[in-house]
Amino acid sequence: MTAAAPALVEVRDLVKHFPITRGVIRQRPVGAVRAVDGVSFDVHAGETLGIVGETGCGKTTTARLLLRLLDPTAGTIRFQGEDIGEVEGRALKALRREMQMIFQDPYSSLNPRKTVGTIIGEPFSIHGLETGDGERRRAVTELMERVGLNPEHYNRHPHEFSGGQRQRIGVARAIALKPKLIVADEPVSALDVSIQAQILNLLRELQRELGLTLVFIAHDLSVVRHMCDRVAVMYLGKVVELADADALYGHPRHPYTGALLSAVPVPDPRHAGPARRLLSGDVPSPTNPPPACRFHTRCPKVQNRCREQEPPLEPKGPGSLAACHFPLTAEEVEAEAVYS
Amino acid sequence: MTGTPADGDGALLAIDDLWVRFDTADGEVQAVRGVSLRVPAGGALGIVGESGSGKSVSMLSVLGLTRGRRTRIEGSIRFEGRELTTASEDDLRQVRGGEVGMIFQDPLSSLHPFYRVGRQLVEALRTHRDDMGKAAARERAVELLALVGIPEPRRRVDAYPHEYSGGMRQRAMIAMALANEPQLLIADEPTTALDVTVQAQILALIARLREELGMAVVLITHDLGVVAEVADDIAVMYAGEVVERGSKDVIFGAPQHPYTWGLLRSIPRLDRPRDEELVPIAGRPPSPIALPKGCGFSPRCPYVRRAHRETHPALEPVPDRAGHEVRCLLAPEVRSALWRELASGAGPEEAKAATGYRSDLDDLTGAQAER
Repeated sequence: MTAAAPALVEVRDLVKHFPITRGVIRQRPVGAVRAVDGVSFDVHAGETLGIVGETGCGKTTTARLLLRLLDPTAGTIRFQGEDIGEVEGRALKALRREMQMIFQDPYSSLNPRKTVGTIIGEPFSIHGLETGDGERRRAVTELMERVGLNPEHYNRHPHEFSGGQRQRIGVARAIALKPKLIVADEPVSALDVSIQAQILNLLRELQRELGLTLVFIAHDLSVVRHMCDRVAVMYLGKVVELADADALYGHPRHPYTGALLSAVPVPDPRHAGPARRLLSGDVPSPTNPPPACRFHTRCPKVQNRCREQEPPLEPKGPGSLAACHFPLTAEEVEAEAVYS
Repeated sequence: MTGTPADGDGALLAIDDLWVRFDTADGEVQAVRGVSLRVPAGGALGIVGESGSGKSVSMLSVLGLTRGRRTRIEGSIRFEGRELTTASEDDLRQVRGGEVGMIFQDPLSSLHPFYRVGRQLVEALRTHRDDMGKAAARERAVELLALVGIPEPRRRVDAYPHEYSGGMRQRAMIAMALANEPQLLIADEPTTALDVTVQAQILALIARLREELGMAVVLITHDLGVVAEVADDIAVMYAGEVVERGSKDVIFGAPQHPYTWGLLRSIPRLDRPRDEELVPIAGRPPSPIALPKGCGFSPRCPYVRRAHRETHPALEPVPDRAGHEVRCLLAPEVRSALWRELASGAGPEEAKAATGYRSDLDDLTGAQAER
């Protein structure tokens, strides 16, 4: 992916704090969950950008901010050069046509009282497209075929479908308006293993065919490696590493990325029991994150400097940016049995 | 029942021809269909399968947790030679939390939110030991929290479950399961709700406890990576049956069942080339109310023949491989040839072409029929 063309999405210094309040009648703020705390990245047209991280790292909040389902506390998001924070009314509705979301849970994200035909056709109703009865039905039928659903099931309700088929309905709805950007938040983690590959392959096919730009959010590093061109690793509201997938999986620079990779169990007994480096303790609370480098409380390479000075996200190797004073060396990567 | 293979096989847990059926408004659910499993003392068995494969129900039945008016349980479950299917509730209560500990997927819903973690541990201890005083039980609770790696156990023993993080709660659950030094720990998806770095900590903990306490483990999971790490032996379940079982090395190195192949080829893996295509298993698992005739996997199997839809395969030994059994109607040499192709990256159709395997249903293979 070359950086020559302007990025489809430019995120700069994005911050989202959720206030914590006390009191019933007069709610006074007593703190904030710093869910996203100064994040910058670009999404290039046609690529798949992965966002990985553990519970509470801010990846889902970032997704919701990207689609303006939440308003940021600070920072800007530009979509095709336009600041989406400034857009209101009719223009916002037009913008929403260009960006769609696929949700994690195909059970709660489909209205149980509507038929599949209505659910998939809803984007058309909202935007006043394909208004003729026959046209609408033909468009929906085409979409159903496209995602591998039987068009004869047009009048069925979501409960008549399995988890994998429901996720196909979610995908059909997301591509209905031919958006430029799709944000998929953990699209396969609620599905059985044998079904996950069906949905992953479908997303890849659609991306190739429709030239989609995909932001793929997941906690599963193997899935992200399979799907993404570039990957952003988040920890406590910050991007700690942003790299091309080959670079990230071949030579992770940030010790947190290294620990994440070495924690993934590999389904091959010959690999079992590598020199795995276990992180101690749990992720600190995002209401009161550690100062300077946020990973310093758990980092195996921590030095005094990490406790005092926050490392910027900067180039640490070909195709990779990391926010670390003491990035992993090639020898360390080798010793931790990270697979490339 | 055929003659029980007397406790001569020395297994700590021996399940023979277990059937569990539930009566529901929609019909009879056959959750477990003729499952036989062995866990030796100190051993580690992994049970792999998708939701609805019967893996949890079979282990819940060991503890008598599936008993009910509308449940029919047949077959034999022996723990240290004692029959558990017919044991009284009082006897079972001694087994649960005593000789057999169990941990579940969601540690938050398994701990009582109103009581301090220490109090819940003390209760677990004193239920099984009448002679243990309160103070001694509390001391033991602190010891147990330390054993499972909870920092500052003396302070944390008085905390409530909501004050613990997800990983700490699962550690507390393990501490509770270990309270009475069980000989067997049943862990049902113990790390599924946890983040990878915490999952790695919990798996390392289970491995350490196994070594230190000589405890046997049954690990139920859908994650092939987790099972490769923890188990010695693996049983793959599908539609209520064991479809393949063997040592970890044969299941990953020379699997014989098309469902096992499907699982191994459908997941993205860090140890494979990044651009390798995933091969999904077509269709979806059958409804436990309307199971297919013949082989349970036949509606999704790329190698299905007409006869496979009529004949129900038995779990049979794989020739020349001790302890490896498979429930498949394909000839052993055909299976070995197909797996050789699949292992080197071929898809099912390519593997069939390369080995010259032709099915009498090839004009209408499983995948297309499902659509």
